[in-house]
Amino acid sequence: MKQDQLKGMTRRALLSRSMATWALAVSGAGFIAAPDAAWALEVAVITPDQMATLLQMARDIYPHDKVADQYYAVAVKGYDAEDSKDMVAAGIAELDAAAVAQGHASYLAIGWEKDRVKVLQAVEKGVFFQKVRAGLVTGLYNQKEIWPIFGYEGESFSKGGYIDRGFDDIAWL
Amino acid sequence: MLAKFDLNDDSVVVIIGTGAGGGVLANELAQKGVKVVALEAGGRYLPEDYLNDEWASFGQLAWTDTRTTSGDWRVAKDFSGLPTWIVKAVGGTTTHWAGASIRFQDHEWKALTNYGKVEGANLLDWPIDGAEMAPWYDKAEEKLGVTRTGNRPGLPGSNNYKVFEKGALALGYTQVHTGRMAIQSSDDTGNRVACQQTGFCFQGCKWGAKWSAAYTDIPEGEATGNLEVRDRSHVAKILHDAAGKVTAVEYFDKDGKLQTQKARIICVAGNTIESPRLLLNSASEKYPNGLANSSDQVGRNYMRHVTGSVYGVFDKPVRMWRGTTMAGIMQDEAHHAPERGFVGGYELETLSLGLPFMAAFLDPGAWGREFTSGLDSYENMAGLWIVGEDLPQENNRVTLSADAKDQFGLPAPNVNYSDHPNDIAMRNHAYARGVAMYEAVGATRAFPTPPYPSTHNLGTNRMSEDPKLGVVNKWGQTHDIANLFISDGSQFTTGAAENPTLTIVALAIRQADHIASEMTAGTI
Repeated sequence: MKQDQLKGMTRRALLSRSMATWALAVSGAGFIAAPDAAWALEVAVITPDQMATLLQMARDIYPHDKVADQYYAVAVKGYDAEDSKDMVAAGIAELDAAAVAQGHASYLAIGWEKDRVKVLQAVEKGVFFQKVRAGLVTGLYNQKEIWPIFGYEGESFSKGGYIDRGFDDIAWL
Repeated sequence: MLAKFDLNDDSVVVIIGTGAGGGVLANELAQKGVKVVALEAGGRYLPEDYLNDEWASFGQLAWTDTRTTSGDWRVAKDFSGLPTWIVKAVGGTTTHWAGASIRFQDHEWKALTNYGKVEGANLLDWPIDGAEMAPWYDKAEEKLGVTRTGNRPGLPGSNNYKVFEKGALALGYTQVHTGRMAIQSSDDTGNRVACQQTGFCFQGCKWGAKWSAAYTDIPEGEATGNLEVRDRSHVAKILHDAAGKVTAVEYFDKDGKLQTQKARIICVAGNTIESPRLLLNSASEKYPNGLANSSDQVGRNYMRHVTGSVYGVFDKPVRMWRGTTMAGIMQDEAHHAPERGFVGGYELETLSLGLPFMAAFLDPGAWGREFTSGLDSYENMAGLWIVGEDLPQENNRVTLSADAKDQFGLPAPNVNYSDHPNDIAMRNHAYARGVAMYEAVGATRAFPTPPYPSTHNLGTNRMSEDPKLGVVNKWGQTHDIANLFISDGSQFTTGAAENPTLTIVALAIRQADHIASEMTAGTI
């Protein structure tokens, strides 16, 4: 989410804004969506605000500018569930309280990543942060769809390995 | 054809565990006509079953039974329930190992003599030496088909190796090559398929190019009609008679039913965590501190090598995941040279992880751009692993947890480990040399990565001349109970700087020879 241009707006104002300035927006209708409607994530149990907060957290914990929001959304969508909604609500309340204590309207309302990181550092020892972070290690990086973004090729057995496909092709050394 | 022995057959040798120690021992005894029941906690997986996907493979093969940890090692903080990265399957961790097969150096058999007393360490000489072991190493190298031994050529160098080699040579190192590997390097020098440079050596070799007991020694032993392997059979307790001799094992079978298998001889090869755990869980009125524990050394002196990794980032692609994972070694730092600030030595070996494991292990718990900008350069990374001699310490030990239980209700093991100052000095030296190697070929950044959960687990039933100082004698026979043997890496007196599998295999071949001749002589 690119929120830099929204710096200084209140969270309520931000949330009521048109989707047009966002890479990702919270809608009033129980889902968050990309502005070009390329994908959307429905939420059934937690609120769209909470899902947007989780998504921003995921980006700030493991920021990869080349990795699109949809992959982060996949990594956190599991929190939209009955058995995690209380944990999410309490965790985000703690996160927003930490943001307020640092002079911000809320975590999501902060424009600069470095300021959001300071808020995350205030809660990083807590159960909520640790659970979200640990979950992302597999939830994000074990998505085969993102491997090509990092150049990682995954399994090669089905192609006969690399014996004829460049295991020793380094040319710049 | 497949042997099937009766639960009441008290003429069999029962082997607990089927990895590098137990799997080899089972086959070697079966070849000599000895009847063997091998009990394996894990299931059977063959190359067609292996998954070239890191987390999926981990779910398939890794030993993830309940364990707890303590001590100042970072694994206890980052992976508190997972002290080891080993395998629960027929063939044990020979499925996962990378294949590096190097002999101990002569001085390492006599660490106490050659290093002298080191404060805080529990150093001891092995009751055997390099000359005693040389013919057994010869047999082990033949069995495993180790490259650069016999007529077997070395493996070709991968991209990751080429970076490693150029950096090592630039620093003036000379003992640099693609390793002595239990991986077939040509179609003409063994019975296995030659390596296809597929990567995923840690996930089980889908070509069967790497030696694993799962598809070599186990089926060879079974083909004799003398070996019965019962998989998914978790041993709970070893029983003994009034005279103190062991007589049977109790185990949970495939269906979770408790069974009792009688035995003439019992060989414990459940890996360095499970083997002492089983001896401790077998405590009785006669042996209140656990079996074979009159020395109070069962579970103590846990070693896991001085390890760590260095990942170097370059301005151009390396693609370290392509090809054999560990076919690259630098041995110039493996000798004992205390002027470096530590006793013992270390090897540097090539290593790579896929992106999912790199995310988990590069800097566990780290987050933010310092971490992710490293992963952004994943394609441009080269990697190496440190394998050095850590010092045995009495309080680095496996004990029974007071409250944690496994799925059968048995007390779980706690693994306590803290680095000795010698370990820290060695690791820091190795980090600095690894970083310098990569910087010498243009690395723009380097990561001194902390140790992973342990794959080299050693020392918790150590071998000693003096029964007061260790658990087993020079044959792996327990000092206290003549028909109870230890057959895995837990019998290591000290760890040396080398990957342990070749030595475990050599000891198992030698032990089989000893057990068979003692049985013939009627002494056990």
